[in-house]
Amino acid sequence: MRRRRGRGAKGALAALSLVTGLVVVSAAPAAQAQEEVTLKVALTQEIDHLNPFLAIFQSSTGVGRVAYDYLTRYSAKDQEPVPGLATDWKTSKDGLTWTFTIRDNAKWSDGKPLTAEDIAYTYNLIRHNETAATANGSFVESFDKVTAPDKNTLVIKTRTPQATILALDIPIVPKHVWSKLSKVDDPKMDEPPLVSSGPFTITDYQPRQYVRLKANKNYWGGAPKIDRLDFVHYDNEDAAVSALESGEVDLVNRLAPAQYDALQDNDDVTLNKAQGRRFNELLMNPGAATKDGEAIGDGHPALRAVRVRQAIAKAINPQVLVDRVMSGYAELGSSVIPPVFEDYHWKPSAQQRWKFDKRKANQELDAAGYQRGADGVRRMPGNGRPLEFRLLGHKGRTFDEQSARYIVEWLGEVGIKVTQEMVEENQVDEKGTAGEYDLAFSGWGVNPDPDYILGLHRCAARPNAQGQGGTTDSFFCDQQYDRLYARQLAEKDESKRQEIVKKMQQRLYEQAPMVVLDYDNALEAYRSDKFEAFTVQPQPTGVIMEQNGNWGYYQAQPAAGGGEGGLPAGGWVAIGAVVVVAAAGGGLALRKRGKSVEDRE
Amino acid sequence: MSDVLTGIEQPADEEAARGAPRGSGAVRFLLGKLGSALLSLALVVVLGFLLFRMIPGDPVVTMTRGRPVSPEQLAELRERLGVDKPMWQQFVDYIGGLLRGDLGTSYLFQRPVADLLTERLGPTLLLVGTATLLAIVLGLWFGIRSAWRRNSRFDKVSTGTALTLWSMPQFWLGLLLLIAFAGVFPSGGMRYSDTPPDVFSQTLDVAYHLVLPCLTLTAAVYAQYLLVMRSSLLEEMNAEYLTTARAKGLRDDLVRRRHAVPNALLPTVTLVFLQFGMVLNGAVAVETVYSWPGLGLLTYEALSGPDLPVLQGAFLVLAAAVILMNVLADLLYRVLDPRVRAT
Repeated sequence: MRRRRGRGAKGALAALSLVTGLVVVSAAPAAQAQEEVTLKVALTQEIDHLNPFLAIFQSSTGVGRVAYDYLTRYSAKDQEPVPGLATDWKTSKDGLTWTFTIRDNAKWSDGKPLTAEDIAYTYNLIRHNETAATANGSFVESFDKVTAPDKNTLVIKTRTPQATILALDIPIVPKHVWSKLSKVDDPKMDEPPLVSSGPFTITDYQPRQYVRLKANKNYWGGAPKIDRLDFVHYDNEDAAVSALESGEVDLVNRLAPAQYDALQDNDDVTLNKAQGRRFNELLMNPGAATKDGEAIGDGHPALRAVRVRQAIAKAINPQVLVDRVMSGYAELGSSVIPPVFEDYHWKPSAQQRWKFDKRKANQELDAAGYQRGADGVRRMPGNGRPLEFRLLGHKGRTFDEQSARYIVEWLGEVGIKVTQEMVEENQVDEKGTAGEYDLAFSGWGVNPDPDYILGLHRCAARPNAQGQGGTTDSFFCDQQYDRLYARQLAEKDESKRQEIVKKMQQRLYEQAPMVVLDYDNALEAYRSDKFEAFTVQPQPTGVIMEQNGNWGYYQAQPAAGGGEGGLPAGGWVAIGAVVVVAAAGGGLALRKRGKSVEDRE
Repeated sequence: MSDVLTGIEQPADEEAARGAPRGSGAVRFLLGKLGSALLSLALVVVLGFLLFRMIPGDPVVTMTRGRPVSPEQLAELRERLGVDKPMWQQFVDYIGGLLRGDLGTSYLFQRPVADLLTERLGPTLLLVGTATLLAIVLGLWFGIRSAWRRNSRFDKVSTGTALTLWSMPQFWLGLLLLIAFAGVFPSGGMRYSDTPPDVFSQTLDVAYHLVLPCLTLTAAVYAQYLLVMRSSLLEEMNAEYLTTARAKGLRDDLVRRRHAVPNALLPTVTLVFLQFGMVLNGAVAVETVYSWPGLGLLTYEALSGPDLPVLQGAFLVLAAAVILMNVLADLLYRVLDPRVRAT
């Protein structure tokens, strides 16, 4: 048989040497430039907008937090409101008028001074322009009037007392730039350079690739200790972790327990297991209805009875889910405000907490008349309908799928038959909104101000007659709870408000329209060979990324002696490997070529 | 018969010689093809509209998930997106927009769909184009040699390898490569954020990032070219003209290159064009694994909304690519194979 592979091998050699060339030369520029210190942060979520009025995704608002200033900030220590652009504030007796003193030393990145006029302009734009209200409209809904009598004074008048006035999560934009635009969603506002006043300025943006920011050396709070801040996009968490290991990025978050464990042995990487803002819950349909009380959906009627819901709460064991499903990277759940917000979090006492007790749950269901049928499944008293519940969850979501198996088993032991219904996220939403579920997995990320998460369980949060416009999470409707809600919203005394907020959580816990199963830990990791420990929020158990503020990025410090940039070490290995392969390929080609010459007829 | 090229030229001359009225045959053929392509495209538009409205979920709920929103805002949002209108009205609006060249505004990104698509099309074309080119070269090279020495060890090994790679899920192969080359090649993306902005460094950086995704996609698709090339060459293997060529005393190499391969190439050329659309769709998984900023992930993300305008737009672009490639294959086939032109 003849061998004529010479030509092909030559081609392969050419291709290889081309790749070699590319790799070697591409390495060169990266290796030079690094005098300045860049913090590279991996984002696994996309950026929807840089325009602060349209930015909704958590990743985008995170970028906004370093680029823009806010009226007030949340402290890194305990998330209390502290001065931002406003240095001081006071409120009128009726609680409707707020007067803020605005600092003198804030400047826009184009050198113009930032005044109260800019802040009033930003808030009024959101109030009067539908597009501008996209991201933060809910904050200004009760505003009656916003004025700037002089450049250091801002006055906000509200129609009703608003406890959230020191928690306005609205980036302040420059009037002299925005007032010249014909529309708020002008694409120019997604393209750097953008005029802003925060500790960093956005200089470069490549959609779905990266956002680059440069330190603002004239920042009123003092210049950041790093020169650049890059947010680099990765489509999946595995790629982000791999980039951290190879030194392509310095900081990642949203790690899964397995990824977090795998990083434990890496000496260059330090881990941060933080108290998170997210909880997972098991909803129990308490009888879904519209705002007017018209029943909707097809929830099981047995769940309308508080006793049944309470018995279920006793029949499941969230601690097992924390240990087995979350591998211990979570805290045992109780109320809808996570313990990271310690001022508002309500923790049931030992007596109040539902204890995992199958015998007791069985007894209570027996006593309430839910007798077991021949098949071991309980029947409702009266109509004899069996206690067969569907359990709605997200297909492909580990927590839902794994926890469901436990819950099916636990409830089976008290005579309740549960069928899993794991569907796509869209369908979970659709069925949830329509009240078409018996039991369902859900979860929320909670803001420092408890107003929103508490508001989700009001009667008024339920949908209208057309089944739309609802924001309810649980379809819970309870007069006592609603009265407490109104009281906390109007309460100006902070410690009194905290008391009411805790009472509301207790009421929810006892009425059990849901069982809060766990509070997820936020798992983060960073290159400690390049950076000193980051400022977390709250201290000492909080997060670096996804803070309600920019402390983590703003106060980042290069490690002493570290911070070397350039091509990751692996890059040089790659170059070496490619060169070797190319050389080998070349040798092979020459050898083959010799043969083909011999073979020539 | 010595060269396939002469075979092409001759009938073309004949047609020209027959004069103008007959020459309109080619034009008619072209118009017919374009007509049916446009018809397909119109059907795609209708289908796309209906198909994506069957996806469960409420875009307004998705858009506002997990952040403070009042019922009034929800109602406003519904009105602005137009999702509160009856279906037929939405369809009329959509078609009207399309005719004006307006693909609508993305729900999730609040940006014109056309902008999003053009922004993402470039990287996808770069990835898919390079991978297709490499896959063709690899597929043909191995296919020809496998057929020529069928059932040899070389044939078994190369065909076996290709089939194995083909049957592997692309995302899995991608993850394996990502782990194997961790630290050697970039973990994802299309360029580093701190690469100097000059064209030269940028090009090299993109090439460096392209290596792994391109390798994955190539490995996953080259088997098809190999198999088709191999089987169509096998069909030619016993043809009498090859015996003639050998009898003329030509080297085996030349017999293969000049006589067998050109005749066997036709089905492969068709396949290359037909497959291009499929490869484009196949890029979704690879793009996701390597965070490649292309069309694939945009489509994937849009599904979770559902972000109807983006889905419709992406569907239209992908379908249009397949249709365009089909038309090109038809035309090219006519050029390459005189028998097709004769009918």
